[in-house]
Amino acid sequence: MSAFNAIGEEREIDRDEFTPGVEPQPTWCPGCGDFGVLKSLKQALPEVGKNPEEVLTVTGIGCSGKLNSYLDTYGFHTIHGRSLPVARAAKLANPEVEVIAAGGDGDGYGIGGNHFIHTARENHDMTYIVFNNEIFGLTKGQTSPTSPKGHKSKTQPSGSAKSPLRPLSMALNAGATYIARTAAVNPNQAKEIIKEAIEHDGFAHIDFLTQCPTWNKDARQYVPYVDVQESDDYDFDVHDREEAAQMMRETEDVLNEGTVLTGRYYVDDESPSYSQEKKAVGEMPEQPIAERYFDEDSEWERSYDLLDRHK
Amino acid sequence: MAIYSKGFRHGETKFWIPLANWPLISMSDEELIWRVSGGSGDGIDSTSQNFAKALMRSGLHVFTHRHYPSRIRGGHTYVEIRAAGHEVQSRGDGYNFLLALGDSFARNPQEEAYYGNEEIKPLSENLDELREGGVIVYDEGLLSEDDVAELDLEERAEENNWHVYPVDLRGLAKEHGREVMRNTAGVGITAGLLDMELEHIEDLMSDAMGGDVLESNLEILHEAYEMVGDEIEAEHDLRAPTGEHDTEQALLSGSNAIAYGAIDGGCRFIAGYPMTPWTDVFTILSQNFPDMGGVSEQVEDEIAAAALAVGASHAGAKAMSGSSGGGFALMSEPLGLAEMTETPLVLVESMRAGPSTGMPTKPEQADLEFVLYTSQGDSSRVVFAPGNIEEAYEQTRLAFHIAWEYQIPTIIIYDQKLSGENKNVDVEFFDREPEPGLGSTLTEDELAEAAHDNSGKFKRFQHESENGVSPRSLPGQKGGRYLATGNEHSPVGHISEDPDNRVYQMERRMQKLESIRTELEEEHESNQTYFGEEDAEYGIITWGSSQGAVEEAVGRLNEQGHSVKGLSVSDMMPFAETEVTEFLESVDEAMVVEMNATAQFRGLIQKELGRFGEKMTSLLKYNGNPFEPAEVVEGYEVNVADEDREPTAQVRIEPAAGD
Repeated sequence: MSAFNAIGEEREIDRDEFTPGVEPQPTWCPGCGDFGVLKSLKQALPEVGKNPEEVLTVTGIGCSGKLNSYLDTYGFHTIHGRSLPVARAAKLANPEVEVIAAGGDGDGYGIGGNHFIHTARENHDMTYIVFNNEIFGLTKGQTSPTSPKGHKSKTQPSGSAKSPLRPLSMALNAGATYIARTAAVNPNQAKEIIKEAIEHDGFAHIDFLTQCPTWNKDARQYVPYVDVQESDDYDFDVHDREEAAQMMRETEDVLNEGTVLTGRYYVDDESPSYSQEKKAVGEMPEQPIAERYFDEDSEWERSYDLLDRHK
Repeated sequence: MAIYSKGFRHGETKFWIPLANWPLISMSDEELIWRVSGGSGDGIDSTSQNFAKALMRSGLHVFTHRHYPSRIRGGHTYVEIRAAGHEVQSRGDGYNFLLALGDSFARNPQEEAYYGNEEIKPLSENLDELREGGVIVYDEGLLSEDDVAELDLEERAEENNWHVYPVDLRGLAKEHGREVMRNTAGVGITAGLLDMELEHIEDLMSDAMGGDVLESNLEILHEAYEMVGDEIEAEHDLRAPTGEHDTEQALLSGSNAIAYGAIDGGCRFIAGYPMTPWTDVFTILSQNFPDMGGVSEQVEDEIAAAALAVGASHAGAKAMSGSSGGGFALMSEPLGLAEMTETPLVLVESMRAGPSTGMPTKPEQADLEFVLYTSQGDSSRVVFAPGNIEEAYEQTRLAFHIAWEYQIPTIIIYDQKLSGENKNVDVEFFDREPEPGLGSTLTEDELAEAAHDNSGKFKRFQHESENGVSPRSLPGQKGGRYLATGNEHSPVGHISEDPDNRVYQMERRMQKLESIRTELEEEHESNQTYFGEEDAEYGIITWGSSQGAVEEAVGRLNEQGHSVKGLSVSDMMPFAETEVTEFLESVDEAMVVEMNATAQFRGLIQKELGRFGEKMTSLLKYNGNPFEPAEVVEGYEVNVADEDREPTAQVRIEPAAGD
């Protein structure tokens, strides 16, 4: 018998269950793209059959970090850049929990960049949503890792001399097995992509374009957007690494020229997730670690039985 | 025979060992201190481990000390094994038997080489500490005649009454097997010269190897053993001591003990990044966890390592991480997050000489203030500093108990010395039940009865509770959802900057430390260790791995007629206030012994107790080598007994405040 009965519970799930009674109204600025992420998550979760108490939403710091204040699941609002190591360990401790990590572009691609690379490389079975608004919002509009070259801000008064980071290409290189870009201005596509990401058995990275009307640009600047799957102008196979890489590169090249390309870029359904790999080499138990502490029949090993090698 | 009290419960009479029972440990003929030296990568460590086990199996108490450079191939290294019929808790003063094997990876033997003539170092570096009447065996197959001649060995041997036996160990090994087996030849000669039986050495070899390799090694062992008497005429008095154990013994390092304390404390998740000397604990658990349903993760950096431990704990695993100085610095953030979110967590910090990269393979006790206070805001953590192998096990186990009961990060601070030294321990010491409970974590049934807000969110962080602990839930449990955040937060975990809420939450978190102090005093044996007689006039106070040297020094000072007792403190936070106060009140003067340059522990005592500044002096050592008992004895004589001279050892004496 499980000690975690919210997991896999068979029942109707209402979208409103994900709105916390204590803080139903987000404090994001009017017109903020973050509302789009929240809305599509609230739609996607019941549609994939997840209830609030079997989901752990782990966030970093910034406007995006408040996501789990407004999404009623188990939540862990961690520290700047560290949502991924916290999230992936929670998954290792209890693989039955649905783990979603989220944070901004500074959080995930800047200060947490090392964790992003390694979590993708290890292909943990989780979803990572990066609220990419191409700016630091909560500290008042400084240039971020995805800000366009030449971006002027209080900390880059003459315009940034740095080229923006390429999030999709970086995820592919690192080893993510589901990579997509969506935008707050396209909530239907966003919902579908989130659903696919949750159901994907591996590390699913969503670069989510979230306009920042206060410091950067408003929603109109992400319109018109193009869905690369639906447009006749683009034809590539998301299962083909080379084609995906090329499409990502083009997408990243044209974003700051005013062409907003979105959609699925890479899907690898073949590679085993990290837990599967780790179980295969015999370094992860079948019974979740977290369950064992509640299992009264469990016989705990003890150091007394290890002493022969010391005698 | 125990020579100190293992602790006591508060309110009970302290158990002080009468002087008559102190063993005479200063007589060199009652103990063997065997030093095997060579180069890094020459198998010195494994050779010494097996020899130490053989001595233990023969009924002796053993204690080892490891000296090595931060290099993999080449560079002078030695291991010292102290063996006696009575308990040994420390290095001795100097040593009495040298087996110099040569450094087969020695670099640049020409004169101008940065590290000097490395080929001769296994012999030349070890002469100053060899006692009068000591024995030297060196491998004349590896050490050149000219180099040895330059050392004036003959003259020095005559002056010090040393007995020198040059043997072609390398040649002997090559003749019967391979050159690397010269360590075996050295052990054979040692056993012959000490008049030891080969039985235990043979058994250990048979356990470790088989086939031709075993055959060759046994042949070499016997050949070398029989050379004594046949070819080598032994003219020294030193013999292997004799002894007997009442119960079965095991040889363990501090790192073994910490890892085993974690296993028995129910830990099944560890994350880390390699760094000397912490790597030992990480390795031992990584190798054992696959067989016991645990998960070990080697990750991208120490920020991630500690963050993983926080994440695993949050989701329901008993988790730990750790590092040494520089790596632990990266853990400051997740440590603070664990304090704020009240996530149970055990971290270990294995000190080495700092600052920065410092001396990676040398011990020091200079990270105390760092571990107590790193991370922003007021510290809300527990810190234990075990002083020996048994304490390392006990206090790691206790760390898991405290961390999960009180939802608080608990840190074990130890050092390179305790990490790597081996000592025999009663096997039955470990014969106890594991403690895999999750402490103040609720089941779903209990959650159903627990406090929730109107919307059904669990009140994970209540404003008030009896002992400061507000029970927790785990993701996936029905009825337990809440938000954990590094921001200040309301009872259901949502961000809150309300002043009243802030004060409630701060005070409840601080209250946990008081409750822990109470539990430590009322429900557990004291973690502090006492030596000497209760009514002594003078005190020596120490912490961590300097305990053994202080213990032995106190014994010797009493033999010399001084009235002195010792206290070794482990409870750094919450501080062992009552016990240290009682101790300091009971003496006229006290000397605080620690391996750092700024008297950090003495500073902590003054900060915690707010007095005794004029009573305490310091004996400090920070040259990269641990204290030897004689250095503490000398420090006491110069410092406390006011003898008008400077210490001869490389130590510093700090006067009392106001002096």
